[in-house]
Amino acid sequence: MTFGATLSTALGALLRNKMRSFLTALGVVIGVAAVVIMQAMGQGATAYVGEAISGLGSNMLVAEPGSPRNFNPHSSGIPMFTMADVEAIRRQAHDVARLVPINTRSLRVVYGANNRNVNAGGVTTDYFVIRQWNVVAGRLPSAEDNRRTAQICVIGETVRDKLFGTQDPIGLEMRVHDISCRVVGVLESKGTSTFGIDQDDVVFLPFTTFSRRIMGTDRVAMIMFSPVAADRLDSVKRDVTAILHVRRHILAGEDDDFAVRDPREIQSLLESVTSILTLVLAGVAAISLVVGGIGIMNIMLVSVTERTREIGIRLAVGARANDILAQFLVEAVVISSLGGLAGLGLGAAGAYAVAKVINVPYVVPGVAMPIAFAVSVLVGVIFGVFPARRASRLNPLSALRFE
Amino acid sequence: MGSAPELPSPKVTLRQPLLSLRNVTKIYGQQLSAVCALDGVDMDVEPGEFVAITGASGSGKSTAMSILGCLELPSDGEYCIEGYPVQNLAPDVLAALRNERFGFVFQTFNLLPRTSALENVALPLAYAGVGSRERTKRAAEALALVGLTGREDARSNQLSGGQQQRVAIARAIVNEPEIILADEPTGNLDSRMGAEIMQLLIGLNRERGITILMVTHDPNWAAYAPRQVVFKDGHILSDDRRADA
Repeated sequence: MTFGATLSTALGALLRNKMRSFLTALGVVIGVAAVVIMQAMGQGATAYVGEAISGLGSNMLVAEPGSPRNFNPHSSGIPMFTMADVEAIRRQAHDVARLVPINTRSLRVVYGANNRNVNAGGVTTDYFVIRQWNVVAGRLPSAEDNRRTAQICVIGETVRDKLFGTQDPIGLEMRVHDISCRVVGVLESKGTSTFGIDQDDVVFLPFTTFSRRIMGTDRVAMIMFSPVAADRLDSVKRDVTAILHVRRHILAGEDDDFAVRDPREIQSLLESVTSILTLVLAGVAAISLVVGGIGIMNIMLVSVTERTREIGIRLAVGARANDILAQFLVEAVVISSLGGLAGLGLGAAGAYAVAKVINVPYVVPGVAMPIAFAVSVLVGVIFGVFPARRASRLNPLSALRFE
Repeated sequence: MGSAPELPSPKVTLRQPLLSLRNVTKIYGQQLSAVCALDGVDMDVEPGEFVAITGASGSGKSTAMSILGCLELPSDGEYCIEGYPVQNLAPDVLAALRNERFGFVFQTFNLLPRTSALENVALPLAYAGVGSRERTKRAAEALALVGLTGREDARSNQLSGGQQQRVAIARAIVNEPEIILADEPTGNLDSRMGAEIMQLLIGLNRERGITILMVTHDPNWAAYAPRQVVFKDGHILSDDRRADA
């Protein structure tokens, strides 16, 4: 029998039992849809994290006091850095392009009748270069501002909106904690960070102004630096770590009381978490595909028994065992692959809906779709072979006489 | 797929009967529960013959038909088609033999349910590897031959018993076989319809030269056949040829 004739025979048999065929395929539909949705969600989450992290600036390192094994930067009793540490790094480390001492604190800012708690930071000009952060109005703090301990600041868009409303803030004096600062610039919007923090609810002052006039300290909470080129990131990290070991008197074998972190580490950590999650969910989806396959096998076995007489007739008029095998195998594969196609559609639509609801980017699961479809075809073959073999091994005479 | 099975030429080039059973025995079951359905049957069928096989239930006539139609193989003895023994043929060759040299007509019609008359008739052609267009054409011709033009699209359950049997006969002849094996073809029909079916079979035998073997338990129908073989208890009781045949 030609393949076309086999296919039309199988389609005819499936169409004669539409409801049963639909229910049989349902297991595979759900399995494939689950695979596609899981894959889309996993990729969407990874893309979301990636976008958020790349907003930090792709080429930088941050040194913070605290154990490298946890992310709590201000563990009690661990000394902060000093400007001498910063100078040591500037003098001794190779390939460091930019170096920024940073202090941060949550502060109250006031303008007129409006006031607000914001994340305030004391930074040098290079901070804005490393983070590729520019102003939409006015100017950035300059090195001269830092040297003069100038009482100026730049503000994020949220601060501008909440404090100044529609007023142009450039040149206006606002109160930051207990000093008065003149606004010289408004930073471009960075949106919400990965961790849900509004990155525009910020005020930056020159490092010297912030440290001496507000914090009253000569300590440095955090050192941010960038290598001359991206491929030097690791060597710079090693250099700075070695310098800080000496400066902080840490002997070989002792635990570090500081950490030099690469924001990409957080990204890869999050990516590995999402990929493990994706794997687990894909496993669940695979199980549902197997269950769908067992459903197909079950119905095919019933169908073979029910149609024993039909098989007998076909054998009597000249069907070979392989023709019968092909007929039932094609039926199983048609059910599973049509189920697979429906599952792809359902999965893509479902992934889109979920992405919209939980507000992550929708990623078309490009790789998952052909794989899921191939698996659904394979499920039909694997779970169709046994019933089809049983059908093809029937004895013509006893099949004809089957009641 | 479906190419003609090339039977090797028999070594002995003497003229052979079309079908021959030699000491054929068929035993169903094993040991204590074994039933001997055929016990050393010898029978030859020549091309163009019309043979009626009669006998009581359990006489072995249906078993003989199944063996003759290559639906099963003898337990012992030899069944030859044109002198070539069938026992040693692969199942696929037997399938091709059934497809190309035999047409089957059953008491219960055995049409595919919920399938049109045309598709039922075209079924053997599909297994012979005939293309879709050619299948439709030849199936329509076969239906015309049995007088069912216009009922091509009727489903089996929309046809009367006599019409269903005619569809079955059309299916049996569509691939132009040499032999039709009819197992109680009139058994489920009233006498008027039965007579129509008999006329059809006789016509096929006389006009097309198709060899027909017909099992029946009704002596009236058997009387139509020029040769009558009577089975009893797995043996051939009598084998009579009418003089006017």
